[in-house]
Amino acid sequence: MVVTDQPTKIVYKRPTSLDPRVTHYCPGCTHGVAHRLVAEVLDEMGEVGNTIGVASVGCSVFSYYYFDMDFVEASHGRAPAMATGIKRVYPDRTVFTYQGDGDLASIGMGEIVGAASRGELITVIFINNANYGMTGGQMAPTTLPGQKTTSSPTGRDVSRQGYPIQTAELLATLEGSAYVVRRSLHSAREIRKAKKAIRTAFEVQKHGLGFALVELLSTCPTNWGLTPDAARNWLEERMIPAFPLGDYKISSAVADLQI
Amino acid sequence: MAKELIKGNTAIAEAALRAGLQAYFGYPITPQTELLEHLSARMPELGRPFVQAESELGAINMVYGVACTGKRVMTSSSSPGVSLMMEGLSYIAGTEVPAVLVDVVRGGPGLGNIAPAQGDYNQIVHGGGHGDYHLLVLAPASVQEAVDLTVLAFDLAEKYRNIVAILLDGSIGQMMEPAELPPMQPLKTEIPDWAVRGTKHGEKRVLTSINLDPPAQEVMNLRLMKRWQEIEKNEVRYKGYFLDDAEYVIVGFGTAGRISLSAVRAAREKGLKVGLFRPITVAPFPKDVIDQLTQQVKAFLVVEMNAGQMLEDVRLVVRGRKPVEFFGRMGGVVPLPNEVEEEIERLIKEPLTTEGHPRDRWLARLAETIG
Repeated sequence: MVVTDQPTKIVYKRPTSLDPRVTHYCPGCTHGVAHRLVAEVLDEMGEVGNTIGVASVGCSVFSYYYFDMDFVEASHGRAPAMATGIKRVYPDRTVFTYQGDGDLASIGMGEIVGAASRGELITVIFINNANYGMTGGQMAPTTLPGQKTTSSPTGRDVSRQGYPIQTAELLATLEGSAYVVRRSLHSAREIRKAKKAIRTAFEVQKHGLGFALVELLSTCPTNWGLTPDAARNWLEERMIPAFPLGDYKISSAVADLQI
Repeated sequence: MAKELIKGNTAIAEAALRAGLQAYFGYPITPQTELLEHLSARMPELGRPFVQAESELGAINMVYGVACTGKRVMTSSSSPGVSLMMEGLSYIAGTEVPAVLVDVVRGGPGLGNIAPAQGDYNQIVHGGGHGDYHLLVLAPASVQEAVDLTVLAFDLAEKYRNIVAILLDGSIGQMMEPAELPPMQPLKTEIPDWAVRGTKHGEKRVLTSINLDPPAQEVMNLRLMKRWQEIEKNEVRYKGYFLDDAEYVIVGFGTAGRISLSAVRAAREKGLKVGLFRPITVAPFPKDVIDQLTQQVKAFLVVEMNAGQMLEDVRLVVRGRKPVEFFGRMGGVVPLPNEVEEEIERLIKEPLTTEGHPRDRWLARLAETIG
């Protein structure tokens, strides 16, 4: 054992805004990564004591277990509406929603489009894992053509069950959207990029520049029937071609933002 | 403050604003729209949030968000829009946060029409949303009463952390009457100790209606029921007219009650001993007073602008001890005073029974119309 008198340097620790709890998420699920990134960003921005989170319905229904800040829990799909109410009466607070793909892109499409079109000053963390996780892996609006789920057992047949919704692309068409990007959580490199995007999305709100959303491609090993490692590969090989990573809307004001 | 000639919807909007409304969210629907329009001008003028939502679902969930901050918040709609809000109402009730809802009822079911009706009684009073919860429901019969009850609604919502609904029909919403508006109240500044506020000082606060532990969820349900008992004990409101010596009593709320009053006055002029009982809180329902009246009267006549929704609440109190008859108009048709007068005369002249159901007898009388 090497004994050194160098002071210990902490290079990695739990963000202070993340409560020390045992996770309820499945092994290999990237919700934990996304939670951590949000917590790190809020820590770094010094916004933890100034933030109200809005949880949604889905696997992340209990996301408020993990974040050490005030939280409300919305009904299915309505988190952007709840966040609108809170942000309008507390314009100086940071308000964010954390929503999955069934919540945001299916039942909650009206609310997210409404919030984006109004340029609502909220930050949306959008988890896209190509299925309904909490209810046991049913077809979601993001399920890929041919993808087997418990409600598309022979694979999503586009002639009967339609096509996946490209949420970031769709919301980027709205004038109220200031910052809409898609990132992935399948590798360390992409996770670092995702964190940068999340930071920007919160800065956009802090600077009052408009609606901000980060779509995060995420794994669901349990419902995909894959090991965590195989799930990461599936995400990279199958999901990214259908949901290309990139910046879909960066308003000129956001482009000028110095972080 | 002097009286002014003002439309019901506008009067409610202005009264809410003066009662310290801190945020309003709504969606246009006739016959409620003037309420939203008035606030779309007045709220921004005073630097207060106003959002025309993408839908009633959006509006009620914006209300839910603000309700969780403990600030004074309101939405308004009409029947089909209120149907859409039921999900949100159940969540707000399940989270035990205060909010005010105005329902300017129109003819239904379905798209129905935009004429006055009272067909939302069941969905508002007996809960259209899922789970065991109650709204405290105030039913005005005039523009002035609507103004006064709007101010009261905010205080009651906060006192009990309960949704308060103001249930009126399209005619009160659309009608212009002289009314005195309340003085402007200062906005609330204190944050309740349960409300989310986003601060580093003090404990993290979480507001949710989810509880996966059934026994704990049962305790929450029992708490709601206990609170409702308290509301039933403290908040019953009603108005009685000519009841002291009344042998026959009409029971009607809102506009149906108001129209019945004209009929009662006409009957009194003929020397008939008829009175009117008009519940102002249709929830909590004034059970005790109707129970006392049951001992005094020969028979009741329930008049509503629906197919007898409050009728069932009256029958539950009367319990067959005295005859109850029913007269209703529906689908946006407003009863005329002389129609109610004819019903009073029938009540007095014709043999009465405590058997059968008053709705069946009413429908039988309409056999020709129904075909």
